[in-house]
Amino acid sequence: MSGLLFEGAEWSYDTIQRIHDAVSEIALGELGLNVYPNQIEVITSEQMLDAYASTGMPIFYQHWSFGKNFTQQEQLYRKGAQGLAYEIVINSSPCISYIMEGNSATMQTLVIAHAAFGHNHFFKNNRTFLEFTDASGILDYLKFAKAYIARCEEKYGEAAVEKLIDAAHALQSHGVHRSPRRKPMDLASEEARLNERRAYQAQIFNELWSTLPSAGRRGSDKKLASDAELKLGLPEENILFFLERHAPKLASWQREILRIVRLTAQYLYPQRLTKVMNEGTATYAHYRIMQRLHEKGRISDGSYFEFLSSHTNVVMQPAFDHPGFSGFNPYALGFAMMRDIERICLKPTEEDRVWAPDIAGAGDPMAVLRDIWANFRDDSFIAQYLSPRLMRELRLFGITDDPAQSELVVSAIHDERGYRRVRRALARRYDASHTDPMIEVARVDLLGDRRLVLEHKAAEGRLLAAPVARKVLQHIADLWGYEAELLETDAATGAALATHNAKPGARLAA
Amino acid sequence: MNIIDRRLNPNGKNLPNRQRFLRRARKIVREAVRQASASRGIRDIDGAGVVVIPGDGIDEPFFHLGDEGLRSPVFPGNKDFVEGDRLRRPLGRGSGGGGSGAGDGKSEDQYEIALSAAEFLEFFLEDLELPDLERRKLSTTETKGIRRAGYSTTGSPASVSVSRTMRNSLSRRIALRRPKAAELVEAEAELERAKEESADGDKVAVLNDVLERMRRRTRVVAWIDPIDIRYRRFEPVPRPTAQAVMFCIMDVSASMSETMKDLAKRFFMLLYVFLNKRYNKVDIVFIRHTDEAKEVDEQTFFHGTESGGTRISPALIEMRRIARERYGQDQWNIYAAQASDGDNDPRDNLETAALLTGEILPMSQYYAYLETSDPGHGAAPSSLWRAYEALHNPVLAQRAVSRREDIYPIFRELFSRDESVRGKSA
Repeated sequence: MSGLLFEGAEWSYDTIQRIHDAVSEIALGELGLNVYPNQIEVITSEQMLDAYASTGMPIFYQHWSFGKNFTQQEQLYRKGAQGLAYEIVINSSPCISYIMEGNSATMQTLVIAHAAFGHNHFFKNNRTFLEFTDASGILDYLKFAKAYIARCEEKYGEAAVEKLIDAAHALQSHGVHRSPRRKPMDLASEEARLNERRAYQAQIFNELWSTLPSAGRRGSDKKLASDAELKLGLPEENILFFLERHAPKLASWQREILRIVRLTAQYLYPQRLTKVMNEGTATYAHYRIMQRLHEKGRISDGSYFEFLSSHTNVVMQPAFDHPGFSGFNPYALGFAMMRDIERICLKPTEEDRVWAPDIAGAGDPMAVLRDIWANFRDDSFIAQYLSPRLMRELRLFGITDDPAQSELVVSAIHDERGYRRVRRALARRYDASHTDPMIEVARVDLLGDRRLVLEHKAAEGRLLAAPVARKVLQHIADLWGYEAELLETDAATGAALATHNAKPGARLAA
Repeated sequence: MNIIDRRLNPNGKNLPNRQRFLRRARKIVREAVRQASASRGIRDIDGAGVVVIPGDGIDEPFFHLGDEGLRSPVFPGNKDFVEGDRLRRPLGRGSGGGGSGAGDGKSEDQYEIALSAAEFLEFFLEDLELPDLERRKLSTTETKGIRRAGYSTTGSPASVSVSRTMRNSLSRRIALRRPKAAELVEAEAELERAKEESADGDKVAVLNDVLERMRRRTRVVAWIDPIDIRYRRFEPVPRPTAQAVMFCIMDVSASMSETMKDLAKRFFMLLYVFLNKRYNKVDIVFIRHTDEAKEVDEQTFFHGTESGGTRISPALIEMRRIARERYGQDQWNIYAAQASDGDNDPRDNLETAALLTGEILPMSQYYAYLETSDPGHGAAPSSLWRAYEALHNPVLAQRAVSRREDIYPIFRELFSRDESVRGKSA
């Protein structure tokens, strides 16, 4: 089949179908992408605003904070300060892409290539997503969550539920498992292990050991405490998980709601870890696909220009002193890196052979990229594949900002001495374990006043923003039902830096 | 691939969330509405609008790192830095200039919320704790009448139009050639005759056949079919509505402070909202006075300054003139609200009283006098207050107010008294 897919800006469902088929031919056939089945939904700008507000998901429970988001978004949109996204795509199977009715046919093509194939491939293949999310179950789960929370509101009152969700939202960022958890053992294998252990103990049993003096009373108290901590699974960095499991005063519906918030946070977590890669993948995919469509004569020169102008806007990276600068643009950085990898595969320089020996001159860029897309996340991706050449192109430089000094120091620039340091510093900006404060539930004083002790291990002495931390700690105390304490210690030396305390306020109505 | 058109799905999926947010932010929004209403014109009080509310109180806290400690950010777009360069720290670390660290919550200082007219009014009235105004009865000439408006195919059995139904039935019967009763009788008779004569079987059979057909047609084509039935249609019609005019009379002499003017403005606003709910058309006339009175526009009324002594009577004369010229009593309900600090020239009191009893009060539905004073001021009644009190006229109501939160209770008091008065006079 050949010939133009469409002429002009108008489109119909037939056009969308034709576009999808043509894009699919290139994406699956030529680029070797592997995607979930697609579902494309046409929505209005009003609906797009709605979707924006509740984390982009089509179904979500109700909470005032989404209304607040909506108000902000609407305000920005009405003022014209911010356009709406052309699409929203959901990591689900089938993969749902929302496209706006106002887009031109060219933009719909771009959006389908970008979301329905680029993002879709990434969702289906990237390790982070596979490990953390269940694409086929998410929509059903959200439906359940919405209905459950609505039922709770009816039963226990909106105020009680709102208060609980407020507290849970405050802990959302600390309600994810950062690494896949060990699967709980089933009964049979646990029994087998126990028997094995007993047999071993019987085998090495020696009467002599029992004649040794025992540790005495004081030690047994300590042992009791440490046993309890073991049972509670301490230390635990997933605070929401801990509270859901072990907070003594919560009713079962409250635990269930904590779980809902925790699981949605967990579901969204990979998107935070892979922003650059995800957008880079999608942008690279749409770029290749649009290029091929144009080469094959499926889209006109005019639409190709329309695409290029929009694409160029998307991948624009303003310099640090530009008034429009607001950090790195994940589209720009991701796309530049993908293109750079393609170049390294096809036309490597001497430098590339030294810096990326595994892929330099590998020949088939798509195979290399697919492998990278499957196995990396932002921090490791940048640490591994940001090439010196790209650093020069982007003219990256690092700053050391020490509040003790009156001046900032340029610590590294894009030169031989600085490449590694710049790259490491940039990779760390995307490393959740570095950007998010490391807070874990350290101890519970089970034998005393049931005080919950959390510990923030401050890397490089960076403390939490105190007023906000106290507010969050208050939420923790409310959920726990007893006093909560937050210690801030230096990660390297273990020296105590600060302490916050919170007493439970009005009890969450059970 | 599936394509689904979601455009027809109901919009406003976020409406409940928005309402929750508003409820949460209620106190803050109320404060903002209070401020916004001070800057709005009286007429705009029940319009939609944007209010700005501060960001705290509706923030969503989460653990994040503070601004202290060593940081090593990376930026694009190096021009001429080399390693080891020292730079001056851009102002405001952690915001703007240098690009803040990832994960720092941007501090949004304020939100703008667009409120619909109803929402705005709700907040405004809530500020004043206004109960359901509908229960208060004022003399209103607006009623809904019912008027005939043709016929319809649906309606209640009581309003069946027999003549129209029968007309339809008749024309349908004619069109479908339903045999008349007389024709049937005649055909039957003819058949009988034929049978008696028993001339030939053929004729009997033919006649029988004809009669059978006529009878079948009679059965099939009903006398009255549901499609014939017509109902008389009625539609509600608002009876010609009376209009109201509201005279705002305010003393703007130097003794009236800004606070007092604000109190007066709030009172005028309430009255306007109140009347607007009752009447389809409400005109406002602003008369300000010192020792002479002038009709002005709203802007000048509240914000213009003028100095001079205080005499009420010129304002009343001006009101009388305007009412006579433009607002005939037969067509307009006249309401007047007067705000003053009561510092009237004592010589004028007599004339004022005479004007009121003689002309103003008889033509007014209601005359409210609001005596304003600065908070904490002694509550000794002014000379004007005493003069008004002496009139003992049910149409005239007077109250003293010094604090903003008193406005509504006083407003309510005034109108509940009015109700009993009206009951007596009716």
